Amino acid sequence: MSRLEQLFRERQKKSLLMPYITGGYPTVHECRHLLEAFIAGGADMIEMGVPFSDPLADGPVVQASTQKALDEGVTPDDVLAIAAGFSGRLPVVLLVYYNCVFAYGQERFAAAAAAAGVAGLIVPDLPVDEADEFINICRSRGLDPVLLVAPTSTAERIRMIAAQASGFIYCVSVAGVTGARTSLSDQLPDFLGRVRAVTSAPLAVGFGVSTPEQAAMVAEHADGVIIGSKLISMVADAGDIDIAVKAVESFLSQVNEVIK
Amino acid sequence: MSTPVRFGPYGGRYVPETVIPALDELTAAYERLRGDPGFQAQLAELLKNFVGRPTPLYLAERLGARLGGPRVYLKREDLAHTGAHKINNTVGQLLLAVEMGKRRIIAETGAGQHGVATATSAALFGLPCAIYMGEKDIARQELNVVRMKLLGAEVIPVASGSRTLKDAMNDAIRDWVTNVSDTYYVIGSVAGPAPYPAIVRYFQSVIGHEAREQILAAENRFPTELIACVGGGSNAMGLFSAFLDEDVRLTGVEAAGEGLDTGKHGASIERGRRGVLHGSLSYVLQDAYGQILEAHSISAGLDYPGVGPEHSFLHDEGRVRYDSVTDREALNAFTLLSGVEGIIPALESAHAIAYLVKHADRFSRDDLVIVNLSGRGDKDVHQAARVLGMIS
Repeated sequence: MSRLEQLFRERQKKSLLMPYITGGYPTVHECRHLLEAFIAGGADMIEMGVPFSDPLADGPVVQASTQKALDEGVTPDDVLAIAAGFSGRLPVVLLVYYNCVFAYGQERFAAAAAAAGVAGLIVPDLPVDEADEFINICRSRGLDPVLLVAPTSTAERIRMIAAQASGFIYCVSVAGVTGARTSLSDQLPDFLGRVRAVTSAPLAVGFGVSTPEQAAMVAEHADGVIIGSKLISMVADAGDIDIAVKAVESFLSQVNEVIK
Repeated sequence: MSTPVRFGPYGGRYVPETVIPALDELTAAYERLRGDPGFQAQLAELLKNFVGRPTPLYLAERLGARLGGPRVYLKREDLAHTGAHKINNTVGQLLLAVEMGKRRIIAETGAGQHGVATATSAALFGLPCAIYMGEKDIARQELNVVRMKLLGAEVIPVASGSRTLKDAMNDAIRDWVTNVSDTYYVIGSVAGPAPYPAIVRYFQSVIGHEAREQILAAENRFPTELIACVGGGSNAMGLFSAFLDEDVRLTGVEAAGEGLDTGKHGASIERGRRGVLHGSLSYVLQDAYGQILEAHSISAGLDYPGVGPEHSFLHDEGRVRYDSVTDREALNAFTLLSGVEGIIPALESAHAIAYLVKHADRFSRDDLVIVNLSGRGDKDVHQAARVLGMIS
């Protein structure tokens, strides 16, 4: 059983808390402080992004954070180094656009991620149809290739994705890019039901979750709640890393209370 | 006939899962309609009476004489409605959009030619239209911005990244991912995820079919060489597609910008490496970690760090030869063609002319060359005048 499968199977909570941060944002050093705040706030897993110049699945908030990290000179190697520092404490999953993996070399990237103790890789622009080689490489290194399903996915595609899924399935809550939303789709339960109908894999929901109330709603239906843009906004708005760390920890603690 | 997803190793569909079902839907609609006589009749009617096809194949005798050799024909896509070849593709895709029941049109644009063509076609069908355009391009292509607004389109400035075509395409894809159920995304080049490269090639292949018929009628033989500029590469693919199986030399001309060794250029094939940008695997300008680099060209339409996947394939196969010319060489050709033939070319098309001028000594009197004059230069006059010191 993989580390992610074990995490979901042995959980004592209704839904796992899965916060996201762009690796190396706002700086490599400050990113580590934020990850400490994730842990203090009750995170069960860390999702960390590898900054990419053209993140087309991301909305303005995550885009700005990846640009800031790139301006700081953050490389995939830096992100892997940050991951290595935390992977002994919590499972770390990397979100990485395909060209970063491709340029690094798929084998080499998977080997480096495994060496850093990373548990899984999410590649938002690598749909299951293109992913055969990548999935095999991940498996050979003991990494879970985490696949995404969307509300637009047909029943046939959900089955294809479920058949290849490992670790958990990343369910995109709405058609769209990442970013906080004032309301989540009321079709979410129906969408998750369609996915559940064809798989027993754990389902984590991301894209748009920005309040404890939304997280509580998602936790009624999903095994994991992913929060990203909201946290990055808090960091950007705080302006000061100490204030940001406190705000993030406090927010995650609130969310953690309502999804237990 | 099934629509290719890949050209050799290139192409594919590297986009978020959210839009994959829409790509499947588009592929199915395209395959169904391409064989539909009603659709073909509608397309032919629009190309004839709205776009103004066939465009002439013009013998540029004074240019040929100036170069001391070859017979040079210009395929006059600049005379198509809206002033460039882009309209061939947009009327075709709008027909697809209407048949698929889509209610909203979006597109990206660099020089603004594809934006204008899309806005024009959307107006023709009475559909609302949003065009994504980088802030840097908005500043240097003001005329086209005004044209798009006149045509009823909303022009959405893109402030991220290099603020050019690449970033406009990112934001158009983001819009599409968000509004995929009712929105049709009109990609302007032979780029993007499958089936777009094949669809755009198909709608642009009218250039090659006409040129083939016209040159055989005029000269009773095939040309020795075809020359076209390559940004994403749609005008080149359109012209080349009818000659790929003939014994004709094919040359694609990329933007060398300020010089290939300055790092400020748009020569994805000559200086790029394999990578994934905007949904397909192709040659891409990128750093060692796969971060996409900013391209540079005096011509907004060639200012793009990627290239259509079929071009990468044709390059590897050795079927098309790719070369490049600098901003300065393109400007000189822009001036030359204006003065010698009375035709002001788009700066993009001036790259193809510049290649011919630069390599004039390679051509003999027996050579028969077709240059794709992909667009007219009105949009570039202001910028060219400034660079040439005619205005301050």
